[in-house]
Amino acid sequence: MTAALLELCSVSKTYGAGPACVRALHDVDLQVCAGELVAVMGPSGSGKSTLLTIAGSLEEPTEGQVFFEGTPLSGLSPNARARLRRRHIGYVFQDFNLLAGLTAVENISMPLELDGMRARQARAEGLRALEELGMADRASAFPDELSGGMRQRVAIARALVGERRLLLADEPTGALDTDTSEGVMRLIRSACRQGAGAVLVTHEAQLASWADRVVFVRDGRIVDTSAAPDGPEILLPSPGESGR
Amino acid sequence: MSVRHALLALLSEGPKYGLQLRQEFEVRTGEVWPLNTGQVYTTMQRLERDGLVASDPGDALDGPQKRYRITPPGSDELAAWLRTPPGVDAPPRDELVIKVLVALRLPGVDVREILQAHRRHLVGQMRQYTRLKEDAADDLSLLLVADAQLFRLESLVRWLDSAEGRLRHHRVDAAPQAPAPAAAPELPGVSR
Repeated sequence: MTAALLELCSVSKTYGAGPACVRALHDVDLQVCAGELVAVMGPSGSGKSTLLTIAGSLEEPTEGQVFFEGTPLSGLSPNARARLRRRHIGYVFQDFNLLAGLTAVENISMPLELDGMRARQARAEGLRALEELGMADRASAFPDELSGGMRQRVAIARALVGERRLLLADEPTGALDTDTSEGVMRLIRSACRQGAGAVLVTHEAQLASWADRVVFVRDGRIVDTSAAPDGPEILLPSPGESGR
Repeated sequence: MSVRHALLALLSEGPKYGLQLRQEFEVRTGEVWPLNTGQVYTTMQRLERDGLVASDPGDALDGPQKRYRITPPGSDELAAWLRTPPGVDAPPRDELVIKVLVALRLPGVDVREILQAHRRHLVGQMRQYTRLKEDAADDLSLLLVADAQLFRLESLVRWLDSAEGRLRHHRVDAAPQAPAPAAAPELPGVSR
């Protein structure tokens, strides 16, 4: 069994107190290994986005522990947690969250520079990431000069550049059309094949169907988990089997 | 799946032998619907009987195989079939819907658990079709077949999600009595 890249142990999250208290997550356990894409599927308000923000150390759990490569996040100082987020965790959101005043390559290289990398090297890393996504010729374009699909590719490049090993995606294909959405999911799968772990939260079954494992969330609880799928060959008829 | 019309479509490209029809049918449908040779010849005999194809006897080089060609009425039939919508007007006797409706009225049955069991199964099937797409990036026929199946399965998952939402807002009582006759509204396209 591969060691977990990310592990949530008995995580609960409560907002407010007293009668207005809202329990967004109840006793959630989740493991994500390197190279694995896990989908968290549930309706609006089921707690899946809260799960993602806690997994990414953007919020702290009320109870329970989050481990990144075996290290408990609660044992890290705020500065160390911020450094871990910048270096090792990439986020992809439905609305891309690109900075409008920066070009595509600057959007990708900026977090590297913030983390202390020299500007020239950060730019080279950004250009390499864009080249891998087939967007080298749009490096100097601003976000409003790019299509939705291109913006999301830049956001994915930013999420994976440098030493990032965990990709957290919240409805990453949002308003994109079917074809462009499939392109985005192929990129995320490709990142996982190269060793990244990824958590994808979505209410859409088509998106979840790209995952190695699907976790179903209802009312803040994990209610079900799908087993690893059989290979696609079982969908194809065996030789000699006749159709109708 | 109309094998009859798919074979007419292949013949609209030019005359073909029976074995050739079988091979081309399988390639064009992403090899998801295999045909046996007997089915091809039975279908061709019926098409010939109906005047939609004609056959030429094989020559010395071809052996006993017949070569088929589409006739003008066959071309008309193909054109009409391509434009005829499939029968989706009446609500089908969907087994999934029936199971959920039955579960709704059975005492002691957790309908949400039933919905989730079906959702898990459907998403599992969708994952297999998505894997098929991943592995078949250049096979257009297979991609189209996988997409069609994914959209069908997704529509069922969305129905399960919607059913679960409705269950939250509607009180469900076990109903031991038979429903009163003639009270149900008419559904479009359903003849009683």
